Amino acid sequence: MHEHDVIVVGAGGAGLRAAIAAQEAGADVAIVSKLHPVRSHTGAAEGGINAALRDADSWQDHAYDTMKGSDYLGDAPAVEALCQESPEEVIQLEHWGMPFSREEDGRVSQRPFGGLSFPRTTYAGAETGHQMLHTMYEQVVKRGVTVYDEWHVMDLAVTDEEDPADRTCHGVVAYDIQSGEVSGFRADNGVILATGGMGQVFDHTTNAVANTGDGVAMAYRAGVPMEDMEFIQFHPTTLPSTGVLISEGVRGEGGILYNSEGERFMFEHGYANNDGELASRDVVSRAELTEVNEGRGIEDEYVHLDMRHLGEERILDRLENILHLAEDFEGADGLTEPMPVKPGQHYAMGGIETNEFGETVIGGLYAAGECACASVHGANRLGGNALPELIVFGKRAGRHAAGEDMGEAEITTGKDGEWEAADYEFEVEVGDTGGRDPAAADGGAVATDGESVLEAEVDRAKDRVDELLARKGRNHAEIRSQVQETMTDNVNVFREEGRLEETLGDLREAREAYKDVAVSDPSRTFNTDLIHTMETRNILDIAEALTMGALARKEFRGAHWRKEHQERKDDEWLKHTLVSWNDGEPELWYKPTILEGENKTYEPKSRSY
Amino acid sequence: MSTQIPKQTEESTETETEADVASKGDERRAEKRRRAAEERARRQEEEAEKAAADEDTIELKVFRYDPEVEGKQEPRFDTFHVPFTKGMTVLDALMYSRDNYDSSLTFRHSCRQAVCGSDAMFVNGGQKLACKTQIVDLEEPIRVEPLPHAEVQKDLVVDMEHFYDQMEAVEPYFQTNEYPDGELEEQRQTRENREKVKMSTRCIWCGACMSSCNIAAGDNEYLGPAAINKAYRFAMDEREGEDIKQKRLEIIEQEHGVWRCQTQFSCTEVCPKDIPLTEHIQELKREAVKNNLKFW
Repeated sequence: MHEHDVIVVGAGGAGLRAAIAAQEAGADVAIVSKLHPVRSHTGAAEGGINAALRDADSWQDHAYDTMKGSDYLGDAPAVEALCQESPEEVIQLEHWGMPFSREEDGRVSQRPFGGLSFPRTTYAGAETGHQMLHTMYEQVVKRGVTVYDEWHVMDLAVTDEEDPADRTCHGVVAYDIQSGEVSGFRADNGVILATGGMGQVFDHTTNAVANTGDGVAMAYRAGVPMEDMEFIQFHPTTLPSTGVLISEGVRGEGGILYNSEGERFMFEHGYANNDGELASRDVVSRAELTEVNEGRGIEDEYVHLDMRHLGEERILDRLENILHLAEDFEGADGLTEPMPVKPGQHYAMGGIETNEFGETVIGGLYAAGECACASVHGANRLGGNALPELIVFGKRAGRHAAGEDMGEAEITTGKDGEWEAADYEFEVEVGDTGGRDPAAADGGAVATDGESVLEAEVDRAKDRVDELLARKGRNHAEIRSQVQETMTDNVNVFREEGRLEETLGDLREAREAYKDVAVSDPSRTFNTDLIHTMETRNILDIAEALTMGALARKEFRGAHWRKEHQERKDDEWLKHTLVSWNDGEPELWYKPTILEGENKTYEPKSRSY
Repeated sequence: MSTQIPKQTEESTETETEADVASKGDERRAEKRRRAAEERARRQEEEAEKAAADEDTIELKVFRYDPEVEGKQEPRFDTFHVPFTKGMTVLDALMYSRDNYDSSLTFRHSCRQAVCGSDAMFVNGGQKLACKTQIVDLEEPIRVEPLPHAEVQKDLVVDMEHFYDQMEAVEPYFQTNEYPDGELEEQRQTRENREKVKMSTRCIWCGACMSSCNIAAGDNEYLGPAAINKAYRFAMDEREGEDIKQKRLEIIEQEHGVWRCQTQFSCTEVCPKDIPLTEHIQELKREAVKNNLKFW
């Protein structure tokens, strides 16, 4: 048993920033992560960090762009916090030594990004995330924060109360990947989930193999609602064979998209007559796939991204990393030929429902970063807004968990305030996965003091591991690829009712199969077979909630395109989708979007670029 | 070049609690180990047959070792025949083998785009990132082994603790007290200075350089190329003050610091991020000499 004031789960950008903030606020902090911190996927972010740093820019403009980009599904208190605090956070990173790209006068450089009214994306070449991750890990080392690396957190230790709002999180149960030991981590003040993306729900993704949405799934099973799960960002420029990301920075610097007929289709086919390649990501992704579907794609699969005209000097200065990626993973020389690109899953706008301080409906449980939904991105995230989200909300969650008084939250969590039950009838039953769920969700033995809750959870986890190792059954890899395939085929950029329903059926089958899952590697030493088996459960839970949200939302907003519903329906759908896990039965409900900001209300306008 | 044979563990590394000991779980696991061994033998046979019939496969010889599993305690190589697809990397081939033939095949990997640094391995006698090593560039059969000069935990997974300790030994964090006056004002850094440190900041901590270094192999306390490069990253950054640079030079000048480097360039050759490591070590040696001369 390990005990700390604050336990941070995950060691990417949000986790590291949360740990630093909690430690600065006086807490004894530990990070528990299934990867060593420098292996986190924040390191793969390329483009940059939006921050209104210049006199000619303002946080208000940044907030306006973000609300518009979100298709008015962002919550203003969270969006404004993001835009107000990111300049200070970027300067903080610079003071920690982050090697930003520089202007002639020595200030950090900024460049244009899609959907921004000012070139406010600060960056370090095309490796901004790598530099940010390492800079923050250096600060964690400097501060001597305890890091338990290569520990996979299996579940949360939450009290068993009827109403999620009455539950308390006392810690986490984790599995030491190196030794096979299962251990409890008691958090006296709070647990912060910072487990990042869930791209492995799909099979063509820019996300790392480790991005299996563990934090989202375990919060869901403990009773925290998942918010706006249907909003998945597909990045318009990923390499066709692997899903490796080609930064929006390429288009920011002037890169051009061409179809097989050599047309600059963003303009020539009228997808975005003003902004062209720099329209927001949902617009460009749909344009590319429309070109392919109408027979103007290359090899019926992709389009071309050309940066040759930028010249070798500028490419090497600002986009050097892109040359290496295109060469190593696609065999294309960006200096002499256009690069093949197509849309790929990139980012989950939705996730664990939190308020603007990272608090969830369960006491002592926080979430920050991509796994959380505050919500700042709404229906579509602007490029360059993920990295400031990590630092701003990581810091806020860290400080709050450490006990700092941050005032009253404007965003409510759980069924507090106005909410509305969904009247959607699902054709397909959704449900349990087999294996044991936390007491809070399955109505198991009641324990209220932290110690016993955690102990009970540890016992359950040990039983689960023993069971998986001992029995004979199906391999997780087969089930995982079934999920990934149906999601990629049917819950992608373009969505239609029948195929979404079909997917729920496929997922139901995968759940049945998962009841027989077993680990064939009997070893307690570095058993990745076991870890991947546990992750597959998380992927299943998330895929189901995501598909339910996509079926229920009968409109076209941001990244969510529906064949049967080709308009944004503000009268009915200016609201968040929430899915709660009640005794293994997902329940769908809604709450209104908050459009009132500090000094203004963001009136929905039609979104054109 | 031979792979270091892992130490046999003196006692079982199983860490179940009392409750598990003597439970049926143990028996079941023992039986499962036997079953796993049989299953593996059967699969290997099948694969060999399949490979003989199909020319479009590649042959992969992979190092196997597990201190806990009977039949894997003696290190050995397993052969996998993987259907070749265009653009396939060593990591793709390993994942295919794991997902289709033997789910106990163990290796670290995550981003599969050369930035997380977790899949550095010894491929055909050289330190490589499996994810960015194309199969077509390699001679068959492809030999995949764990990084040399590190303790093997299981299959291709090595203990990285020592590497991390060496990284931490150089105080790997920015230190300065000279902040600008304005509240929202960054420190200025010239483009030239950023260019100077740029390559050094690209290190992804994969450990390939350390594994390739003869000196590090013979002197366990040698800071090694990655840690010295990390020191370079800060010592050459104009935003850190002179007094701190002094402290950094002292760290890298210690007995097991820069002067151990014999300029063999092996680290520079294997670095997957093309960092001129040897050059950086030499530059720090020059800085150290200049620094010492000041006192004479």
